[in-house]
Amino acid sequence: MRALTWHGKHDVRVDTVDDPEILNPRDAIIKVTSTAICGSDLHLYDGYIPTMQAGDILGHEFMGEVVETGPGSTLKKGQRVVVPFTIACGSCYHCGKNQYSACDNSNPADNQDIADTLYGQPMAGLFGYSHMTGGYSGGQAEYVRVPFSDVGPIVIPDGIEDDKVLFLSDILPTGWQAAENAEIEPGDTVAVWGCGPVGLFCVQSAFLMGAARVIAIDHFPRRLEMAAKFGAETINYEESQTYEALMEMTGGIGPDACIDAVGLEAHGLFVDNVWDQIKASTFLGTDRAHSIRQAILACRKGGRVSMPAVYGGFVDKFPLGAFMQKGLTLKTGQTHVQRYLPGLLTAILEEKIDTTFLISHRLGLEQAPDGYRMFHDHQNDVTKVVLKPGFDRVAA
Amino acid sequence: MVAPHDDAPITTSKRTEKTAQAAENIADPKGSSLVGRSVTINRPRHELYVQWRDFSQFPNFMENVERVEMIDDVTSHWAVKGPGGSTIEWDAIITQDQPDSLIAWSSADGADVANSGRVEFHDAGERGTIVTATILYDPPAGILGRLVAKLFQREPAIQTRRDLRRFKQLMETGEVATSARTTKELEEETA
Ligand SMILES: NC(=O)c1ccc[n+]([C@@H]2O[C@H](COP(=O)([O-])OP(=O)(O)OC[C@H]3O[C@@H](n4cnc5c(N)ncnc54)[C@H](O)[C@@H]3O)[C@@H](O)[C@H]2O)c1
Ligand SMILES: [Zn+2]
Ligand SMILES: [Zn+2]
Repeated sequence: MRALTWHGKHDVRVDTVDDPEILNPRDAIIKVTSTAICGSDLHLYDGYIPTMQAGDILGHEFMGEVVETGPGSTLKKGQRVVVPFTIACGSCYHCGKNQYSACDNSNPADNQDIADTLYGQPMAGLFGYSHMTGGYSGGQAEYVRVPFSDVGPIVIPDGIEDDKVLFLSDILPTGWQAAENAEIEPGDTVAVWGCGPVGLFCVQSAFLMGAARVIAIDHFPRRLEMAAKFGAETINYEESQTYEALMEMTGGIGPDACIDAVGLEAHGLFVDNVWDQIKASTFLGTDRAHSIRQAILACRKGGRVSMPAVYGGFVDKFPLGAFMQKGLTLKTGQTHVQRYLPGLLTAILEEKIDTTFLISHRLGLEQAPDGYRMFHDHQNDVTKVVLKPGFDRVAA
Repeated sequence: MVAPHDDAPITTSKRTEKTAQAAENIADPKGSSLVGRSVTINRPRHELYVQWRDFSQFPNFMENVERVEMIDDVTSHWAVKGPGGSTIEWDAIITQDQPDSLIAWSSADGADVANSGRVEFHDAGERGTIVTATILYDPPAGILGRLVAKLFQREPAIQTRRDLRRFKQLMETGEVATSARTTKELEEETA
Protein backbone atom coordinates (compact mmCIF):
# COMPACT_ATOMS: atom_id res chain seq x y z
CA MET A 1 0.00 0.00 0.00
CA ARG A 2 0.96 3.70 -0.15
CA ALA A 3 1.58 5.58 3.09
CA LEU A 4 2.95 8.90 4.32
CA THR A 5 6.19 8.21 6.15
CA TRP A 6 8.44 10.37 8.35
CA HIS A 7 12.12 10.59 7.55
CA GLY A 8 13.30 13.53 9.66
CA LYS A 9 12.68 17.20 10.22
CA HIS A 10 10.57 18.61 7.37
CA ASP A 11 11.04 15.39 5.42
CA VAL A 12 7.89 13.33 4.86
CA ARG A 13 7.35 11.09 1.82
CA VAL A 14 4.73 8.82 0.33
CA ASP A 15 6.26 5.35 0.15
CA THR A 16 5.09 1.88 -0.80
CA VAL A 17 5.07 -0.32 2.29
CA ASP A 18 3.69 -3.72 3.29
CA ASP A 19 -0.07 -3.87 3.89
CA PRO A 20 -1.16 -4.30 7.51
CA GLU A 21 -2.40 -7.69 8.69
CA ILE A 22 -4.63 -8.93 11.52
CA LEU A 23 -2.20 -9.88 14.29
CA ASN A 24 -4.37 -10.07 17.41
CA PRO A 25 -7.92 -11.39 17.90
CA ARG A 26 -9.47 -7.98 18.58
CA ASP A 27 -7.86 -6.29 15.51
CA ALA A 28 -9.61 -4.93 12.46
CA ILE A 29 -8.20 -3.59 9.20
CA ILE A 30 -9.66 -0.30 7.98
CA LYS A 31 -9.48 0.95 4.41
CA VAL A 32 -8.96 4.69 4.91
CA THR A 33 -11.36 7.03 3.12
CA SER A 34 -10.42 10.30 4.88
CA THR A 35 -7.51 11.29 7.11
CA ALA A 36 -6.45 14.70 8.37
CA ILE A 37 -3.18 16.44 9.18
CA CYS A 38 -3.20 17.73 12.75
CA GLY A 39 -1.39 20.49 14.63
CA SER A 40 0.15 17.64 16.61
CA ASP A 41 1.60 16.25 13.36
CA LEU A 42 3.41 19.56 12.90
CA HIS A 43 5.25 18.91 16.18
CA LEU A 44 6.54 15.69 14.55
CA TYR A 45 7.23 17.49 11.27
CA ASP A 46 9.30 20.08 13.11
CA GLY A 47 11.21 17.35 14.92
CA TYR A 48 10.04 18.32 18.41
CA ILE A 49 8.86 14.88 19.50
CA PRO A 50 11.57 12.36 20.45
CA THR A 51 11.55 8.60 19.67
CA MET A 52 10.53 8.93 16.00
CA GLN A 53 12.13 6.50 13.56
CA ALA A 54 12.70 6.92 9.84
CA GLY A 55 9.89 5.18 7.97
CA ASP A 56 7.23 5.63 10.66
CA ILE A 57 3.76 6.06 9.15
CA LEU A 58 2.10 9.24 10.48
CA GLY A 59 -1.55 10.11 10.98
CA HIS A 60 -3.92 9.76 13.92
CA GLU A 61 -7.10 11.34 12.54
CA PHE A 62 -8.73 8.85 10.18
CA MET A 63 -11.86 6.99 9.22
CA GLY A 64 -12.76 4.41 6.68
CA GLU A 65 -14.36 1.12 5.82
CA VAL A 66 -13.87 -2.12 7.74
CA VAL A 67 -12.31 -4.64 5.34
CA GLU A 68 -11.11 -7.38 7.70
CA THR A 69 -11.83 -8.39 11.29
CA GLY A 70 -10.19 -10.65 13.86
CA PRO A 71 -12.34 -13.20 15.74
CA GLY A 72 -12.59 -10.84 18.77
CA SER A 73 -13.67 -7.75 16.84
CA THR A 74 -17.29 -6.61 17.07
CA LEU A 75 -17.09 -4.72 13.77
CA LYS A 76 -18.45 -6.06 10.50
CA LYS A 77 -16.99 -5.84 7.03
CA GLY A 78 -18.36 -2.90 5.11
CA GLN A 79 -19.14 -0.76 8.16
CA ARG A 80 -17.89 2.83 8.10
CA VAL A 81 -16.08 3.84 11.26
CA VAL A 82 -14.22 6.79 12.76
CA VAL A 83 -11.21 5.66 14.79
CA PRO A 84 -10.10 7.47 17.98
CA PHE A 85 -6.43 8.48 17.99
CA THR A 86 -6.06 7.04 21.49
CA ILE A 87 -5.83 3.25 21.49
CA ALA A 88 -7.56 1.76 24.53
CA CYS A 89 -8.22 -1.80 25.72
CA GLY A 90 -11.52 -1.09 27.48
CA SER A 91 -10.78 -3.53 30.29
CA CYS A 92 -8.04 -2.03 32.49
CA TYR A 93 -8.69 0.07 35.58
CA HIS A 94 -8.20 3.37 33.72
CA CYS A 95 -10.45 2.43 30.81
CA GLY A 96 -13.02 1.46 33.45
CA LYS A 97 -12.86 5.05 34.73
CA ASN A 98 -13.25 6.41 31.17
CA GLN A 99 -9.62 7.59 31.27
CA TYR A 100 -8.88 6.03 27.91
CA SER A 101 -5.70 7.95 27.11
CA ALA A 102 -4.25 6.47 30.29
CA CYS A 103 -4.98 2.88 29.19
CA ASP A 104 -2.50 0.51 30.83
CA ASN A 105 -2.39 -2.04 28.05
CA SER A 106 -2.42 -0.48 24.59
CA ASN A 107 1.20 0.65 24.68
CA PRO A 108 3.30 -2.47 23.95
CA ALA A 109 5.34 -3.66 26.95
CA ASP A 110 8.74 -2.86 25.46
CA ASN A 111 7.75 0.69 24.45
CA GLN A 112 6.44 1.52 27.91
CA ASP A 113 9.98 1.84 29.31
CA ILE A 114 10.59 5.23 27.69
CA ALA A 115 7.52 6.93 29.13
CA ASP A 116 8.01 5.10 32.41
CA THR A 117 11.35 6.86 32.74
CA LEU A 118 10.32 10.25 31.35
CA TYR A 119 6.84 10.56 32.87
CA GLY A 120 6.82 8.13 35.79
CA GLN A 121 4.15 5.91 34.21
CA PRO A 122 3.46 4.96 30.61
CA MET A 123 0.43 6.34 28.77
CA ALA A 124 -1.81 4.71 26.15
CA GLY A 125 -0.67 3.84 22.66
CA LEU A 126 -1.51 6.42 19.97
CA PHE A 127 -1.64 5.99 16.21
CA GLY A 128 1.26 7.46 14.26
CA TYR A 129 2.83 9.36 17.13
CA SER A 130 6.37 8.20 17.98
CA HIS A 131 7.59 5.11 19.75
CA MET A 132 7.07 6.49 23.22
CA THR A 133 3.34 6.13 22.59
CA GLY A 134 3.60 2.70 21.08
CA GLY A 135 5.14 3.02 17.65
CA TYR A 136 1.83 2.22 15.92
CA SER A 137 1.55 2.81 12.16
CA GLY A 138 -0.77 5.74 11.54
CA GLY A 139 -3.75 6.53 9.37
CA GLN A 140 -2.22 8.65 6.59
CA ALA A 141 -2.15 5.48 4.55
CA GLU A 142 -4.44 3.32 2.45
CA TYR A 143 -4.96 0.76 5.21
CA VAL A 144 -4.52 0.67 8.98
CA ARG A 145 -4.41 -2.12 11.53
CA VAL A 146 -6.70 -1.04 14.38
CA PRO A 147 -6.14 -2.91 17.67
CA PHE A 148 -8.97 -3.29 20.22
CA SER A 149 -11.41 -2.55 17.43
CA ASP A 150 -14.29 -3.67 19.66
CA VAL A 151 -13.68 -0.65 21.94
CA GLY A 152 -12.48 2.35 19.94
CA PRO A 153 -14.08 2.84 16.53
CA ILE A 154 -17.56 4.32 16.29
CA VAL A 155 -19.88 3.15 13.51
CA ILE A 156 -21.24 5.96 11.32
CA PRO A 157 -24.78 5.72 9.95
CA ASP A 158 -25.10 5.54 6.17
CA GLY A 159 -25.59 8.76 4.27
CA ILE A 160 -23.43 10.92 6.54
CA GLU A 161 -20.46 12.23 4.59
CA ASP A 162 -16.90 11.74 5.91
CA ASP A 163 -16.17 15.44 6.32
CA LYS A 164 -18.95 15.80 8.90
CA VAL A 165 -17.65 13.11 11.25
CA LEU A 166 -13.90 12.76 10.58
CA PHE A 167 -12.95 15.15 13.39
CA LEU A 168 -14.53 12.86 15.96
CA SER A 169 -11.17 11.08 15.76
CA ASP A 170 -9.38 13.82 17.70
CA ILE A 171 -9.84 17.58 17.46
CA LEU A 172 -13.57 17.79 18.17
CA PRO A 173 -13.44 15.70 21.37
CA THR A 174 -10.19 17.50 22.23
CA GLY A 175 -11.85 20.92 22.03
CA TRP A 176 -14.83 19.55 23.95
CA GLN A 177 -12.74 17.98 26.71
CA ALA A 178 -10.71 21.19 27.01
CA ALA A 179 -13.90 23.17 27.56
CA GLU A 180 -15.15 20.56 30.03
CA ASN A 181 -11.83 20.80 31.88
CA ALA A 182 -12.34 24.57 32.11
CA GLU A 183 -15.36 23.80 34.33
CA ILE A 184 -17.37 26.57 32.73
CA GLU A 185 -20.22 28.07 34.73
CA PRO A 186 -23.09 29.98 33.14
CA GLY A 187 -22.08 33.59 32.68
CA ASP A 188 -18.33 32.89 32.57
CA THR A 189 -15.82 34.60 30.35
CA VAL A 190 -13.48 32.08 28.74
CA ALA A 191 -10.23 33.01 26.98
CA VAL A 192 -8.81 30.65 24.34
CA TRP A 193 -5.21 30.90 23.17
CA GLY A 194 -4.85 29.61 19.60
CA CYS A 195 -7.53 29.52 16.87
CA GLY A 196 -6.34 26.38 15.19
CA PRO A 197 -8.83 23.52 14.88
CA VAL A 198 -8.57 22.68 18.58
CA GLY A 199 -9.04 26.29 19.68
CA LEU A 200 -11.99 26.76 17.33
CA PHE A 201 -13.72 23.67 18.72
CA CYS A 202 -13.00 25.02 22.22
CA VAL A 203 -14.84 28.20 21.25
CA GLN A 204 -17.90 26.30 20.03
CA SER A 205 -17.89 23.94 23.03
CA ALA A 206 -17.48 26.75 25.57
CA PHE A 207 -20.59 28.49 24.25
CA LEU A 208 -22.53 25.20 24.29
CA MET A 209 -21.49 24.77 27.93
CA GLY A 210 -22.92 28.13 28.91
CA ALA A 211 -20.07 30.64 28.59
CA ALA A 212 -21.40 34.19 28.27
CA ARG A 213 -18.29 35.42 26.48
CA VAL A 214 -15.40 33.73 24.71
CA ILE A 215 -12.26 35.71 23.85
CA ALA A 216 -10.11 34.08 21.18
CA ILE A 217 -6.41 34.92 20.70
CA ASP A 218 -4.25 34.34 17.62
CA HIS A 219 -2.35 36.32 14.99
CA PHE A 220 -3.86 34.87 11.82
CA PRO A 221 -6.75 37.09 10.65
CA ARG A 222 -8.45 34.22 8.80
CA ARG A 223 -8.49 32.02 11.90
CA LEU A 224 -9.64 34.89 14.12
CA GLU A 225 -12.44 35.52 11.65
CA MET A 226 -13.63 31.93 12.07
CA ALA A 227 -13.66 32.33 15.85
CA ALA A 228 -15.67 35.53 15.44
CA LYS A 229 -18.21 33.66 13.29
CA PHE A 230 -18.95 31.42 16.26
CA GLY A 231 -19.54 34.47 18.42
CA ALA A 232 -16.12 34.96 20.00
CA GLU A 233 -14.49 38.34 20.62
CA THR A 234 -10.95 38.36 19.30
CA ILE A 235 -7.48 39.58 20.19
CA ASN A 236 -4.80 39.69 17.50
CA TYR A 237 -1.65 39.52 19.56
CA GLU A 238 0.40 41.14 16.84
CA GLU A 239 -1.80 44.21 17.04
CA SER A 240 -2.57 44.33 20.75
CA GLN A 241 -1.04 43.31 24.06
CA THR A 242 -2.82 40.15 25.11
CA TYR A 243 -2.60 40.38 28.90
CA GLU A 244 -3.51 44.07 28.99
CA ALA A 245 -6.37 43.54 26.54
CA LEU A 246 -7.77 40.61 28.56
CA MET A 247 -7.70 42.62 31.76
CA GLU A 248 -9.42 45.60 30.14
CA MET A 249 -12.01 43.42 28.38
CA THR A 250 -12.96 41.82 31.72
CA GLY A 251 -13.08 45.00 33.78
CA GLY A 252 -9.78 44.25 35.50
CA ILE A 253 -10.87 40.80 36.75
CA GLY A 254 -9.29 38.45 34.21
CA PRO A 255 -11.06 35.58 32.41
CA ASP A 256 -12.74 32.99 34.66
CA ALA A 257 -11.25 30.18 32.62
CA CYS A 258 -8.24 30.15 30.29
CA ILE A 259 -7.60 27.49 27.65
CA ASP A 260 -4.17 26.99 26.09
CA ALA A 261 -4.78 25.51 22.63
CA VAL A 262 -1.37 26.52 21.27
CA GLY A 263 1.21 24.16 22.63
CA LEU A 264 4.91 23.66 22.61
CA GLU A 265 5.58 25.66 19.48
CA ALA A 266 4.11 29.03 20.49
CA HIS A 267 4.94 31.71 17.92
CA GLY A 268 5.88 35.30 18.55
CA LEU A 269 8.69 37.58 19.56
CA PHE A 270 8.13 37.58 23.29
CA VAL A 271 11.12 37.74 25.60
CA ASP A 272 10.38 34.40 27.26
CA ASN A 273 9.59 32.77 23.93
CA VAL A 274 12.88 33.81 22.36
CA TRP A 275 14.73 32.52 25.42
CA ASP A 276 12.83 29.21 25.11
CA GLN A 277 13.71 28.95 21.42
CA ILE A 278 17.39 29.44 22.11
CA LYS A 279 17.25 26.81 24.79
CA ALA A 280 15.25 24.37 22.69
CA SER A 281 17.81 24.69 19.92
CA THR A 282 20.65 24.12 22.36
CA PHE A 283 18.82 21.26 24.16
CA LEU A 284 18.71 23.05 27.52
CA GLY A 285 14.94 22.93 27.53
CA THR A 286 12.47 21.24 25.22
CA ASP A 287 9.21 23.17 25.02
CA ARG A 288 8.25 26.73 24.07
CA ALA A 289 5.62 27.67 26.57
CA HIS A 290 4.65 31.29 26.11
CA SER A 291 0.90 30.71 25.93
CA ILE A 292 0.54 28.68 29.12
CA ARG A 293 2.58 31.24 31.07
CA GLN A 294 0.36 34.03 29.80
CA ALA A 295 -2.81 32.05 30.53
CA ILE A 296 -1.73 31.65 34.16
CA LEU A 297 -0.93 35.34 34.55
CA ALA A 298 -4.17 36.51 32.94
CA CYS A 299 -6.54 34.05 34.65
CA ARG A 300 -8.66 35.54 37.42
CA LYS A 301 -7.89 34.66 41.03
CA GLY A 302 -9.32 31.25 41.88
CA GLY A 303 -9.96 30.58 38.19
CA ARG A 304 -9.39 27.51 36.02
CA VAL A 305 -6.73 26.82 33.43
CA SER A 306 -7.26 24.07 30.87
CA MET A 307 -4.42 22.89 28.67
CA PRO A 308 -5.30 20.65 25.72
CA ALA A 309 -2.09 21.84 24.05
CA VAL A 310 0.62 19.24 23.87
CA TYR A 311 3.85 19.56 25.82
CA GLY A 312 6.46 16.86 25.77
CA GLY A 313 9.23 17.64 28.17
CA PHE A 314 10.40 20.42 30.44
CA VAL A 315 9.69 24.11 30.61
CA ASP A 316 11.60 26.76 32.40
CA LYS A 317 10.21 29.86 34.13
CA PHE A 318 6.84 28.22 34.73
CA PRO A 319 5.03 30.82 36.89
CA LEU A 320 4.51 28.45 39.79
CA GLY A 321 4.27 31.36 42.25
CA ALA A 322 1.40 33.01 40.38
CA PHE A 323 -0.28 29.65 39.99
CA MET A 324 -0.09 28.94 43.72
CA GLN A 325 -0.77 32.42 45.05
CA LYS A 326 -3.87 32.88 42.90
CA GLY A 327 -5.17 29.43 43.81
CA LEU A 328 -5.64 28.30 40.22
CA THR A 329 -6.65 24.85 39.01
CA LEU A 330 -4.98 23.27 35.98
CA LYS A 331 -6.50 20.38 34.05
CA THR A 332 -4.90 18.81 31.02
CA GLY A 333 -4.18 15.55 29.19
CA GLN A 334 -4.40 13.67 25.95
CA THR A 335 -8.08 13.39 25.11
CA HIS A 336 -10.14 10.44 26.33
CA VAL A 337 -11.71 10.30 22.86
CA GLN A 338 -13.83 7.16 23.41
CA ARG A 339 -15.63 8.90 26.33
CA TYR A 340 -17.13 11.60 24.08
CA LEU A 341 -17.90 9.80 20.83
CA PRO A 342 -21.57 8.85 21.22
CA GLY A 343 -22.57 12.27 22.56
CA LEU A 344 -20.63 14.24 19.97
CA LEU A 345 -21.84 12.08 17.08
CA THR A 346 -25.40 12.85 18.18
CA ALA A 347 -24.56 16.57 18.39
CA ILE A 348 -23.26 16.44 14.81
CA LEU A 349 -26.29 14.52 13.52
CA GLU A 350 -28.59 17.01 15.25
CA GLU A 351 -26.53 19.82 13.70
CA LYS A 352 -25.67 21.38 17.04
CA ILE A 353 -21.98 21.32 16.12
CA ASP A 354 -20.54 22.16 12.72
CA THR A 355 -17.18 20.71 11.76
CA THR A 356 -16.92 21.07 7.99
CA PHE A 357 -16.23 24.84 8.13
CA LEU A 358 -12.66 23.99 9.14
CA ILE A 359 -11.60 22.12 6.02
CA SER A 360 -9.69 24.40 3.67
CA HIS A 361 -8.02 21.75 1.50
CA ARG A 362 -8.83 18.25 0.28
CA LEU A 363 -5.93 16.38 -1.32
CA GLY A 364 -5.07 12.88 -2.47
CA LEU A 365 -2.74 10.81 -0.32
CA GLU A 366 0.05 11.21 -2.90
CA GLN A 367 -0.05 14.96 -2.24
CA ALA A 368 0.35 14.53 1.51
CA PRO A 369 3.88 16.05 1.60
CA ASP A 370 2.47 19.21 -0.06
CA GLY A 371 -0.27 19.17 2.55
CA TYR A 372 2.30 19.20 5.35
CA ARG A 373 4.25 22.03 3.74
CA MET A 374 1.12 24.13 3.22
CA PHE A 375 -0.27 23.53 6.70
CA HIS A 376 3.13 24.40 8.14
CA ASP A 377 3.96 27.47 6.04
CA HIS A 378 0.56 29.07 5.41
CA GLN A 379 -1.42 28.71 8.60
CA ASN A 380 -3.59 31.73 7.88
CA ASP A 381 -5.31 30.15 4.90
CA VAL A 382 -4.66 26.49 5.48
CA THR A 383 -6.86 25.72 8.46
CA LYS A 384 -7.23 21.97 7.97
CA VAL A 385 -5.99 19.57 5.30
CA VAL A 386 -7.94 16.38 4.71
CA LEU A 387 -6.30 13.61 2.67
CA LYS A 388 -8.52 11.30 0.64
CA PRO A 389 -6.70 8.15 -0.48
CA GLY A 390 -9.69 7.58 -2.79
CA PHE A 391 -8.70 10.58 -4.94
CA ASP A 392 -5.54 8.72 -5.96
CA ARG A 393 -7.49 5.52 -6.61
CA VAL A 394 -9.78 7.39 -8.98
CA ALA A 395 -6.85 9.10 -10.68
CA ALA A 396 -4.89 5.84 -11.02
CA MET B 1 20.27 -2.85 63.61
CA VAL B 2 17.24 -0.75 64.48
CA ALA B 3 15.28 -0.08 61.32
CA PRO B 4 14.15 3.51 60.83
CA HIS B 5 10.48 4.05 60.03
CA ASP B 6 10.37 2.81 56.46
CA ASP B 7 7.60 0.61 55.08
CA ALA B 8 9.07 0.60 51.59
CA PRO B 9 9.53 -2.90 50.06
CA ILE B 10 12.97 -4.41 50.49
CA THR B 11 13.51 -4.48 46.72
CA THR B 12 13.57 -0.66 46.71
CA SER B 13 16.17 -0.43 49.47
CA LYS B 14 19.37 1.55 48.92
CA ARG B 15 21.28 -0.83 51.19
CA THR B 16 23.62 -3.44 49.81
CA GLU B 17 22.39 -6.14 52.17
CA LYS B 18 18.93 -6.01 50.59
CA THR B 19 19.52 -9.18 48.57
CA ALA B 20 20.29 -11.16 51.70
CA GLN B 21 17.18 -9.77 53.39
CA ALA B 22 14.98 -10.62 50.39
CA ALA B 23 16.43 -14.13 50.34
CA GLU B 24 15.04 -14.69 53.83
CA ASN B 25 11.57 -14.75 52.27
CA ILE B 26 12.41 -17.39 49.69
CA ALA B 27 12.37 -21.01 50.81
CA ASP B 28 15.51 -22.18 48.98
CA PRO B 29 17.18 -18.93 47.89
CA LYS B 30 19.55 -19.09 44.92
CA GLY B 31 21.20 -16.20 43.10
CA SER B 32 23.05 -13.04 44.06
CA SER B 33 21.16 -10.29 42.20
CA LEU B 34 17.70 -9.10 43.17
CA VAL B 35 14.79 -7.95 41.01
CA GLY B 36 11.40 -6.99 42.37
CA ARG B 37 8.34 -5.56 40.71
CA SER B 38 4.63 -5.20 41.40
CA VAL B 39 1.80 -4.78 38.95
CA THR B 40 -1.94 -4.41 39.54
CA ILE B 41 -4.10 -6.61 37.35
CA ASN B 42 -7.83 -6.07 37.03
CA ARG B 43 -8.72 -9.75 37.48
CA PRO B 44 -9.53 -11.93 40.51
CA ARG B 45 -6.66 -13.48 42.49
CA HIS B 46 -7.75 -17.04 41.76
CA GLU B 47 -7.67 -16.60 38.00
CA LEU B 48 -4.17 -15.12 38.04
CA TYR B 49 -2.85 -17.79 40.37
CA VAL B 50 -4.20 -20.59 38.17
CA GLN B 51 -2.68 -19.05 35.05
CA TRP B 52 0.73 -18.57 36.68
CA ARG B 53 0.76 -22.00 38.32
CA ASP B 54 0.89 -23.59 34.86
CA PHE B 55 4.52 -22.73 34.07
CA SER B 56 4.17 -24.14 30.55
CA GLN B 57 2.18 -20.97 29.70
CA PHE B 58 5.13 -18.67 30.46
CA PRO B 59 6.27 -18.31 26.84
CA ASN B 60 2.94 -16.55 26.12
CA PHE B 61 4.12 -13.51 28.03
CA MET B 62 7.77 -14.06 28.99
CA GLU B 63 9.71 -12.90 25.99
CA ASN B 64 12.95 -14.74 26.59
CA VAL B 65 11.43 -18.03 27.74
CA GLU B 66 11.41 -20.45 24.82
CA ARG B 67 9.54 -23.22 26.61
CA VAL B 68 8.81 -24.68 30.00
CA GLU B 69 7.78 -28.30 30.41
CA MET B 70 6.08 -29.47 33.57
CA ILE B 71 7.82 -32.74 34.39
CA ASP B 72 5.65 -33.42 37.41
CA ASP B 73 3.49 -31.22 39.59
CA VAL B 74 6.47 -29.45 41.19
CA THR B 75 9.34 -29.97 38.74
CA SER B 76 9.70 -28.03 35.52
CA HIS B 77 12.31 -27.86 32.78
CA TRP B 78 13.13 -24.37 31.44
CA ALA B 79 14.72 -23.31 28.13
CA VAL B 80 15.53 -19.61 28.09
CA LYS B 81 17.20 -17.35 25.53
CA GLY B 82 20.65 -16.28 26.67
CA PRO B 83 23.03 -13.66 25.28
CA GLY B 84 24.36 -14.12 21.77
CA GLY B 85 21.72 -16.54 20.51
CA SER B 86 22.46 -19.19 23.11
CA THR B 87 19.84 -21.20 24.99
CA ILE B 88 20.21 -21.77 28.69
CA GLU B 89 18.36 -24.71 30.26
CA TRP B 90 17.69 -25.76 33.83
CA ASP B 91 15.25 -27.59 36.04
CA ALA B 92 13.26 -25.78 38.68
CA ILE B 93 11.31 -26.99 41.69
CA ILE B 94 8.26 -25.37 43.20
CA THR B 95 9.24 -24.82 46.82
CA GLN B 96 6.08 -23.15 48.11
CA ASP B 97 2.55 -23.24 46.84
CA GLN B 98 -0.32 -21.52 48.59
CA PRO B 99 -3.34 -21.58 46.29
CA ASP B 100 -4.51 -18.10 45.23
CA SER B 101 -1.76 -16.34 47.15
CA LEU B 102 1.82 -17.52 46.62
CA ILE B 103 4.08 -19.57 44.37
CA ALA B 104 7.84 -19.87 44.96
CA TRP B 105 10.42 -21.79 42.95
CA SER B 106 14.16 -22.51 42.91
CA SER B 107 16.45 -23.83 40.22
CA ALA B 108 17.71 -27.36 40.85
CA ASP B 109 21.31 -27.80 41.95
CA GLY B 110 23.83 -27.45 39.15
CA ALA B 111 21.76 -25.03 37.00
CA ASP B 112 23.81 -22.76 34.68
CA VAL B 113 21.88 -19.76 35.89
CA ALA B 114 21.11 -20.28 39.53
CA ASN B 115 17.83 -18.51 40.29
CA SER B 116 14.85 -18.51 42.57
CA GLY B 117 11.81 -16.43 43.06
CA ARG B 118 8.34 -15.96 44.40
CA VAL B 119 5.21 -14.40 43.09
CA GLU B 120 2.52 -13.19 45.46
CA PHE B 121 -1.10 -12.36 44.76
CA HIS B 122 -2.77 -9.78 47.02
CA ASP B 123 -6.37 -8.61 46.83
CA ALA B 124 -6.67 -5.01 45.66
CA GLY B 125 -10.44 -4.65 45.98
CA GLU B 126 -12.03 -2.99 42.97
CA ARG B 127 -8.66 -2.70 41.30
CA GLY B 128 -8.21 -6.45 41.11
CA THR B 129 -5.03 -8.09 42.36
CA ILE B 130 -1.53 -6.84 43.11
CA VAL B 131 0.98 -9.29 41.69
CA THR B 132 4.46 -8.99 43.18
CA ALA B 133 7.39 -10.89 41.72
CA THR B 134 10.68 -11.16 43.59
CA ILE B 135 13.49 -12.87 41.72
CA LEU B 136 17.03 -13.74 42.73
CA TYR B 137 19.41 -14.75 39.99
CA ASP B 138 23.04 -15.24 39.07
CA PRO B 139 23.81 -13.41 35.85
CA PRO B 140 25.10 -15.72 33.10
CA ALA B 141 28.92 -15.82 33.11
CA GLY B 142 29.22 -13.23 35.86
CA ILE B 143 29.70 -9.52 35.25
CA LEU B 144 30.59 -9.88 31.60
CA GLY B 145 27.48 -11.91 30.93
CA ARG B 146 25.40 -9.31 32.65
CA LEU B 147 26.83 -6.55 30.46
CA VAL B 148 26.14 -8.57 27.36
CA ALA B 149 22.66 -9.36 28.58
CA LYS B 150 22.02 -5.66 29.13
CA LEU B 151 23.09 -4.91 25.58
CA PHE B 152 20.51 -7.34 24.30
CA GLN B 153 17.87 -5.97 26.66
CA ARG B 154 17.65 -9.36 28.27
CA GLU B 155 18.83 -7.87 31.53
CA PRO B 156 16.59 -9.55 34.11
CA ALA B 157 15.32 -6.32 35.71
CA ILE B 158 14.08 -5.01 32.36
CA GLN B 159 12.84 -8.43 31.35
CA THR B 160 10.83 -8.91 34.55
CA ARG B 161 9.22 -5.49 34.21
CA ARG B 162 8.21 -6.16 30.61
CA ASP B 163 7.08 -9.73 31.25
CA LEU B 164 4.78 -8.60 34.05
CA ARG B 165 3.27 -5.96 31.75
CA ARG B 166 2.62 -8.65 29.14
CA PHE B 167 1.07 -10.93 31.78
CA LYS B 168 -1.24 -8.06 32.71
CA GLN B 169 -2.14 -7.40 29.06
CA LEU B 170 -2.89 -11.06 28.45
CA MET B 171 -5.04 -11.40 31.56
CA GLU B 172 -6.91 -8.11 31.16
CA THR B 173 -7.38 -8.00 27.39
CA GLY B 174 -6.89 -11.56 26.18
CA GLU B 175 -3.96 -10.58 23.99
CA VAL B 176 -0.45 -9.13 24.15
CA ALA B 177 -0.32 -5.64 22.62
CA THR B 178 1.91 -5.14 19.60
CA SER B 179 2.45 -2.20 17.30
CA ALA B 180 3.72 -4.45 14.51
CA ARG B 181 1.92 -4.00 11.18
CA THR B 182 2.70 -7.31 9.56
CA THR B 183 3.28 -10.91 10.65
CA LYS B 184 6.88 -10.51 9.54
CA GLU B 185 7.40 -7.50 11.82
CA LEU B 186 5.74 -9.32 14.70
CA GLU B 187 8.04 -12.32 14.26
CA GLU B 188 11.11 -10.07 14.17
CA GLU B 189 9.93 -8.38 17.36
CA THR B 190 9.53 -11.60 19.29
CA ALA B 191 12.57 -13.39 17.82
N1 LIG C 1 -4.70 17.00 24.18
C1 LIG C 1 -4.88 16.34 23.05
O1 LIG C 1 -5.28 15.18 23.08
C2 LIG C 1 -4.64 17.03 21.75
C3 LIG C 1 -5.24 16.57 20.59
C4 LIG C 1 -5.05 17.29 19.39
C5 LIG C 1 -4.23 18.39 19.38
N2 LIG C 1 -3.62 18.78 20.53
C6 LIG C 1 -2.73 19.96 20.60
O2 LIG C 1 -3.50 21.13 20.58
C7 LIG C 1 -2.68 22.19 20.06
C8 LIG C 1 -3.43 22.90 18.94
O3 LIG C 1 -3.70 22.03 17.88
P1 LIG C 1 -4.18 22.60 16.48
O4 LIG C 1 -4.42 21.44 15.58
O5 LIG C 1 -5.30 23.54 16.71
O6 LIG C 1 -2.82 23.34 16.04
P2 LIG C 1 -2.50 24.56 15.06
O7 LIG C 1 -1.03 24.61 14.93
O8 LIG C 1 -3.34 24.46 13.81
O9 LIG C 1 -3.02 25.85 15.84
C9 LIG C 1 -2.28 26.53 16.80
C10 LIG C 1 -2.68 28.01 16.71
O10 LIG C 1 -2.04 28.72 17.80
C11 LIG C 1 -1.68 29.99 17.31
N3 LIG C 1 -0.63 30.55 18.16
C12 LIG C 1 0.70 30.36 18.10
N4 LIG C 1 1.34 31.07 19.05
C13 LIG C 1 0.38 31.72 19.74
C14 LIG C 1 0.43 32.63 20.85
N5 LIG C 1 1.59 32.97 21.40
N6 LIG C 1 -0.75 33.12 21.32
C15 LIG C 1 -1.94 32.77 20.75
N7 LIG C 1 -2.04 31.92 19.67
C16 LIG C 1 -0.88 31.42 19.19
C17 LIG C 1 -1.22 29.71 15.90
O11 LIG C 1 -1.23 30.89 15.12
C18 LIG C 1 -2.24 28.68 15.41
O12 LIG C 1 -3.35 29.27 14.78
C19 LIG C 1 -1.39 21.53 19.59
O13 LIG C 1 -0.42 21.64 20.61
C20 LIG C 1 -1.79 20.10 19.43
O14 LIG C 1 -0.67 19.25 19.55
C21 LIG C 1 -3.82 18.13 21.70
ZN1 LIG D 1 -4.72 15.36 16.04
ZN1 LIG E 1 -7.22 0.08 29.01
